[in-house]
Amino acid sequence: MIELEGLTKRYGEKVAVDSLTFTVRPGIVTGFLGPNGAGKSTTMRMILGLDHPTAGDVRIDGTHYDRLRQPLTRIGALLEAKAMHPGRSAHNHLLCLAQSNGIPPRRVHEVLDAVGLTAVARKKAKGFSLGMGQRLGIAAALLGDPRILMFDEPVNGLDPEGIHWIRTLMKSLAAQGRTVFVSSHLMSEMALTADHLVVIGQGRLLADTSMAEFIERNSRSFVRVRSPQREQLLEMLHGAGVTAVESGDGALEVDGSKAEQIGELAARSRIVLHELSPQQASLEEAFMRLTAESVEYHAHSGTPLPPQTWGEGWKKG
Amino acid sequence: MSTPPPPMPQSAAPEWQAAPGHPYPGYTSPIPVVRTHLGHAIASEWTKMKSVRSTMWTLGVFVLLVIGIGLMTGLIVSSADPDLGGESPLSLGFFGLLLGGMCIITLGVLTTASEYGTGMIRTTMVACPSRGRVLLAKALVFFLLAFVVTLVCASLIGFLHVSLLEGYNAKEPSGEEWLKGTVGVSLYVALLGTLSLAIGSVIRHSAGAITIMIGAVLAPLVIALFMFSSSLRDVQQALFEYSIPNQMSIFYANSLSESGPSGWDPLWIMLVVTGAAIGGAFALLESRDV
Repeated sequence: MIELEGLTKRYGEKVAVDSLTFTVRPGIVTGFLGPNGAGKSTTMRMILGLDHPTAGDVRIDGTHYDRLRQPLTRIGALLEAKAMHPGRSAHNHLLCLAQSNGIPPRRVHEVLDAVGLTAVARKKAKGFSLGMGQRLGIAAALLGDPRILMFDEPVNGLDPEGIHWIRTLMKSLAAQGRTVFVSSHLMSEMALTADHLVVIGQGRLLADTSMAEFIERNSRSFVRVRSPQREQLLEMLHGAGVTAVESGDGALEVDGSKAEQIGELAARSRIVLHELSPQQASLEEAFMRLTAESVEYHAHSGTPLPPQTWGEGWKKG
Repeated sequence: MSTPPPPMPQSAAPEWQAAPGHPYPGYTSPIPVVRTHLGHAIASEWTKMKSVRSTMWTLGVFVLLVIGIGLMTGLIVSSADPDLGGESPLSLGFFGLLLGGMCIITLGVLTTASEYGTGMIRTTMVACPSRGRVLLAKALVFFLLAFVVTLVCASLIGFLHVSLLEGYNAKEPSGEEWLKGTVGVSLYVALLGTLSLAIGSVIRHSAGAITIMIGAVLAPLVIALFMFSSSLRDVQQALFEYSIPNQMSIFYANSLSESGPSGWDPLWIMLVVTGAAIGGAFALLESRDV
């Protein structure tokens, strides 16, 4: 269990993390979501005692990180790929970590096997691809068989097979009763793995909710209708007690009605339809709506950006 | 803009109960937990030290310089059919060690600073949050390695010089002279390397820290060489006497000057300076973010 209480980090005038309070619970995968520069990595570094908080407190199973005697047996972390000496072999990298925590050396072979790096165990890390570096980082996180696992952007640089592997791994780790805390800037990725969601923007907590609740609240479904007889269609819908809103490009969006229903109503009134399609707003859109005000690096272009291009700001820089 | 319906959320997580004797719920590993101490950190740092190529390179060049230059000076002096006038032949080992000291400085700096360059330092500090323990383990492992390697080389070259120059009116080195010319100077060189390790931890940049250390070794002597003004005579004298090369030469009793540090003084001076630097490095390590 990771407990954050009013955790704050200030760099001079700039507030990187602004009094975050939430708890990461065992047995589930908790997604930590936010745009680039939201303070996810800074928060994770404070959890691991690398950065000193300006204010507030963070505890690992009730203990401060720097009070942990064998931290790797409590919490394993993947902070960034290649946080290792490029000239050292994968085996030696893990061995020196195991030794510092009194972990039996046989674990080195076990975790190398678990991440599929046994064949390159004696090879230098500098020859590793980004994906292999990521796997070695995950091996290091698993080394002490810890109760808590923390992954910062684990799917970065992984191929589809690797991404599938890490999703399965995270779920199975949580199913064993471990606490799994994973950061990402991709809502779609979280939707596939996380049970619980913590969203931050500009260092502030924006949402702390279960994934199910987030989906229920944010996945709006509606029917898109387009017709050359727009006025008649609006009148007919109004008469039937159905509210429609303009979508901006001449089409109408109808909430709370099925496409069949609208189609039948239109047929009865002999209104020609050019489009009648059920739609569902994506979680990505919901996420972007949630964090829209707090995106640090907006693409400014004078006029407000149409929703279609919002996604540009979300790509990892 | 629309996408297929989002995937279904996972079924509600079961409530995990606290294991008996554990206040927090969750997974319990079957791997036995060992209470760690400085020894674990030392084992870890030793593995790190021997698993990178730079250790072999710097120490290899060190051995080559000390033995090579020592052998050369010994052969040149002996071939000239000299009269050493009662001088101890051990002093010929000085040149090789002075140059070799640069390798020890480089290795010392790399031991700490290279972890900042590679990002390894975050992995290290996550594995061992007691930052003082990490610094101490690094310093101990490095100091012992540097001391042993220097001692072996200095002793070897000492025996070589004594046997090469036997019978050229060379003085038979006394026990104290042997001790100073082997153990003493090796302790000094190892401490100089440990000072570099502390500077590397403070500067966090390999090239920068190496430059500072080589500057610290050479600059006082070079500056003093060009102090022609008589009003600077005292400053020049102090720079000469306390420059690292001169302090090192005192272990062979052939100081550039007659006043200033003598006997074992250089070792105590270096001990205090290195201790202070390690203390400073520790204070900064504790207060800064990694």
